[in-house]
Amino acid sequence: MDTSPLAPDILFAIGPVPISRAVVTTWAIMAAMTAFLLAAFRLNAPGLQAGLEIVVTAIAEQLRQVVGRDPWPFVPLLGSLFLFLVCANLTAVVPGAAPPTGHIETPAALALIVFLSVHVYGVRARGAGRYLKHYLEPNPMLLPLNVLSELTRTFSLMIRLFGNMMSHEFVIAIVVLLAGLLVPIPFLLLGILIGLIQAYIFTVLATVYIVAAVGAVEA
Amino acid sequence: MNNLIEIVSIGGAVVAVSFGAVMPAFSEGRAIAAAMEAIARQPEAAGTLSRTLFVGLAMIETMAIYCLVLALLLLYANPFTG
Repeated sequence: MDTSPLAPDILFAIGPVPISRAVVTTWAIMAAMTAFLLAAFRLNAPGLQAGLEIVVTAIAEQLRQVVGRDPWPFVPLLGSLFLFLVCANLTAVVPGAAPPTGHIETPAALALIVFLSVHVYGVRARGAGRYLKHYLEPNPMLLPLNVLSELTRTFSLMIRLFGNMMSHEFVIAIVVLLAGLLVPIPFLLLGILIGLIQAYIFTVLATVYIVAAVGAVEA
Repeated sequence: MNNLIEIVSIGGAVVAVSFGAVMPAFSEGRAIAAAMEAIARQPEAAGTLSRTLFVGLAMIETMAIYCLVLALLLLYANPFTG
């Protein structure tokens, strides 16, 4: 228990760049998802295609309920965010693999993506002038608070995902230390639930932020 | 008492985790109770209610997670112990 959960887990280095375990796992997940999709396209199996379409339309339908309008402009970003997070959080059940979201870098990168895409979607939907003006609403006095809330909500998005995944990993490590065989299994099952819920919450919060930036223009 | 900083840090971590567990648990209980009541009254709104409930619970739980991260910082990345 003397290894810090906050320190990165460096596997090897390419030149001066250290490569941590989270990066390797992330790339493995991305390669696996891409390979699966390419194989699905090549296979041209109607059943598989129908299954994938069910997944995509289910995500779009969930987004429509949150957004309250046509969700398709948001589906590419938020859908892939959700699918990646599900895969990343569920690597906790693969023996020998640790979820990359349990280290601070991956949630930080994902929260940064959400932070930037909020502005991109907002400027694209409203135009730069009107988008920047919404920071002055309802009162120009509130500009610092609006900017601060923009930063803190990104920070809390990051810390929420990181904290939940890391603390769960930590709890499992402690339980394994106390009682080795069979006792950690209920905790691992709970980990599946936590991973799915955190992926869902991250996606829903990203959706809410993006929709708030896009605003109620062409509803 | 030359390890006073470590002792105080561990005490601070314990206080942070305990209070950071009590208050969010209390408020999450209240939120879930309110959502249950609303679902019992209007079962057809269960989808919207549970989605909003999950997002709200995540918001509340973030406070507990903040305390946990602070406690871990105190234990593992304490700026005063080098």
